[in-house]
Amino acid sequence: MFDFSVVTTWIDEGLRGIMPASGAIAIECVLIGVLLLAVYAVFALVLILAERKVCAAFQCRLGPNRVGPWGSIQTVADMVKIITKEIISIRHVDSFLHNLAPFLVIIASLLAFSCIPFAKGLQILDFNVGILFMVAASSIGIVGILLAGWSSNNKFSLIGAMRSGAQMISYELSIGLSIMTIVVLSGTMQISELVESQNDLWFIFKGHIPACIAFVVYLIAGTAETNRGPFDLPEAESELTAGYHTEYSGMHFGFYYVAEFVNMFIVAAIATTVFLGGWMPLHIPGLDAFNQAMDYIPSLVWFLAKSVVMVFVIMWFKWTFPRLRIDQLIRLEWKYLLPLNLVNLIVMVLIVALGWHF
Amino acid sequence: MSTIKSIIQEICPQAVFQETENAPVQVRLQAAELAKLLKPLREDAALQFDYLEDLVGMDFGEKLGVIYRLYSTVHNHRIIIECQAESRQEPELPTLSHIWAIANFYEREVFDFFGIHFIGHPDMRRLFLRSDHVGYPLRKDYDPASNPLKLDAECLPDDTSVYVDHDGKTQIEGHTLFEKDEYVVNIGPQHPATHGVLHFQVSLQGEIVKKVDVHCGYIHRGIEKMCESMTYPQTLAMTDRLDYLSAHQNRHALCACIEDAMGMEVPRRAQYIRVLMDELSRIQSHLLFYATFCMDLGALTPFFYGFRDREKILNIFEDTTGGRLIQNYNVIGGVARDLHPDFIKKTREFVEYLPGVLKEYHDVFTNNVIFRQRSKGIGLLSREQALSFGITGPTARASNLACDVRKHNPYSIYSEVLFKEVLYKNGDCLDRYMVRMDEIEQSLSIISQLLDKIPQGDYCAKTKPVIKLPEGRFFKSVETARGEFGVFIESRGEKYPYRLKFHPPCLPLVSVVDTLASGNKIADLITIGASLDYVVPDIDR
Repeated sequence: MFDFSVVTTWIDEGLRGIMPASGAIAIECVLIGVLLLAVYAVFALVLILAERKVCAAFQCRLGPNRVGPWGSIQTVADMVKIITKEIISIRHVDSFLHNLAPFLVIIASLLAFSCIPFAKGLQILDFNVGILFMVAASSIGIVGILLAGWSSNNKFSLIGAMRSGAQMISYELSIGLSIMTIVVLSGTMQISELVESQNDLWFIFKGHIPACIAFVVYLIAGTAETNRGPFDLPEAESELTAGYHTEYSGMHFGFYYVAEFVNMFIVAAIATTVFLGGWMPLHIPGLDAFNQAMDYIPSLVWFLAKSVVMVFVIMWFKWTFPRLRIDQLIRLEWKYLLPLNLVNLIVMVLIVALGWHF
Repeated sequence: MSTIKSIIQEICPQAVFQETENAPVQVRLQAAELAKLLKPLREDAALQFDYLEDLVGMDFGEKLGVIYRLYSTVHNHRIIIECQAESRQEPELPTLSHIWAIANFYEREVFDFFGIHFIGHPDMRRLFLRSDHVGYPLRKDYDPASNPLKLDAECLPDDTSVYVDHDGKTQIEGHTLFEKDEYVVNIGPQHPATHGVLHFQVSLQGEIVKKVDVHCGYIHRGIEKMCESMTYPQTLAMTDRLDYLSAHQNRHALCACIEDAMGMEVPRRAQYIRVLMDELSRIQSHLLFYATFCMDLGALTPFFYGFRDREKILNIFEDTTGGRLIQNYNVIGGVARDLHPDFIKKTREFVEYLPGVLKEYHDVFTNNVIFRQRSKGIGLLSREQALSFGITGPTARASNLACDVRKHNPYSIYSEVLFKEVLYKNGDCLDRYMVRMDEIEQSLSIISQLLDKIPQGDYCAKTKPVIKLPEGRFFKSVETARGEFGVFIESRGEKYPYRLKFHPPCLPLVSVVDTLASGNKIADLITIGASLDYVVPDIDR
């Protein structure tokens, strides 16, 4: 299986050969930063197009089909439009916080994005508490949303922000605990090791029942965490018009929009990494020929394919279910998911201690 | 009839009765006597008028007054009370709002248009027009020039006035609607969930709704005033612009009212066509209800399903009538043109197609656990409340109040078709939804019964070039997709109506929003609003 670290080491060595180490690191940082932003933007564009196509398919429509073949560059055109749009400055708002908020959201999303292991050796941030860092970084976004609601000086925005505060903080617990369940199974928090240790079997199979429960809980909580339907209360269109981003315009609104879509991908990517083996091909112990055949499929393809399936499932939720009410949403988390998760964690600990996993 | 008379005569010796055959009791009362009569009207065991059908403001020429139409669901009898205010400068009448809750809104409307003050009314504000409007437009001596076009924003006051009687002298008392530190959110006039330009001022405590104050009139067009200067055939065009989803049924009501007044016989074929179109309208309206109800609850996909299937009906309409939303199809004496040759084929295809789709609707939405939890037990409307608020149509039937005009007061050929009046018991959002879904099936059954036996013959009776109605008061009501739509015509024997009042089924629906939503969450307010299924042009007229 091709290891992307060959490429990165080659670039690194090449740079170090012609300049001092500090210079090489500086150039690499800039390169990675630019690359990260570019990939982030491309992912957002592709995801928005995918959402529009998937949603259209659910709703007996065609979706975008005019710009480019099958409407494929529609979102590029939309991006150009939104970048050139005026950012309307609103009177009677705390303009510093109002302008800061979308950047907080996008930074949080970008930080989490940089932890994703796209393929073998293709990962930017990787250290011993990687998965913890990822969860922590992604939860900075809530600050941006709260600030947006507060600083907009709009009652709808404020209600939206309060909802999102209650919702995201609650569901953060479930996300953390369901990932914890797998951390117990694997014994590591480093993302690359998490993937490597699924070499023999993916965690969802290895940890059987508790892993499956954790997976389902993670998927529900992850959907809630991204403020997507049926958990889109913070921006519930029919109730709060647009919720916390009611007052935003131009690219500031675009940041929220893009972050929402990439966050959906991040949730899908974490689900893939933690439960479905990340870029690791499907290996079944004992079937060596099968395992070798699987290895011929590049790791990047494995990762993206699994993530796409997860993304599709999350979209499927949104276009099927009606929205929950705030009290039902909170009840679901605190009365059902959280206790279930805690019990599940204990079960997993017992299973690991007794060696009842595969 | 004689018992009603004798009871009223006992309480009000000065009452003047009008003798009419086969018509409800008509009585003229003094304002002071009306005040005495109100409680007995509602509570006397032999009267029990529990439903205030309509309250029509009138400019009688010299005096201003109101015509009340009351109905008893217990005894199934009706009474028409006419009451004139003593002075034209300071017209005053007793309020009915403490007895029939819907009188609150009706009296505000009359105050708005005729300037009659209702003594004891808790909230005497204008209902439709701006608070800085000069004069009262439906008075015959109103001068439109007194209200030049205003381009500045209207400032909504936070308080209202109450007219109180103090030993025969009327005093105005102030009354606060919203305190200074209340968290008031404006839902509307531009809001995705109000389905038009309706404005709710909602006082919130966190997520809990404390109070809803409804502001109507953003698309008030003065249709009733316009009709007073139109010939009868011209007034028909106005009806389609009321509740545009029941355009055909509204027009049916006005045509039938005029035809009844003229004593005209409508050809059988025309009646069949009218009923077929009425039921198709009902289905398309309920499909739109399904679509928007799902969308308001956040399920965006069913929204498209509803619209997809409604489109098929609109195509059928378009073939025959040339119109999709507004059909302009009924005329006095029948319908405007004959059925399109494809009508029967297309309609039959649709009747066969829809049941399968309805099952799909139920699978994807009705049986969804989130939907069930969000609608069950939310916005409970008891039967008594429904009566008091004058609610009709599917909303009332969800509260177990049998009120289908097609069943209880059949018009056209409804007495010849078999259908079930859908009734549910709980009166919550789920039942209001289910009533409409079941009514679609009933309407399909009516259509398939009629489709095979449309008689041949004229589609329209011959009418005179100038249509004049005999002197008198005429009333007709039909069952639209939203409830009972009534037409009241006061004719003075000319070719224009002296007063034409449309009784909108949607005004009672918005009047009940405050009662239903208070104490619930914001999301419930949206669910309740969607389940009531009001159409704003019908409220505003």
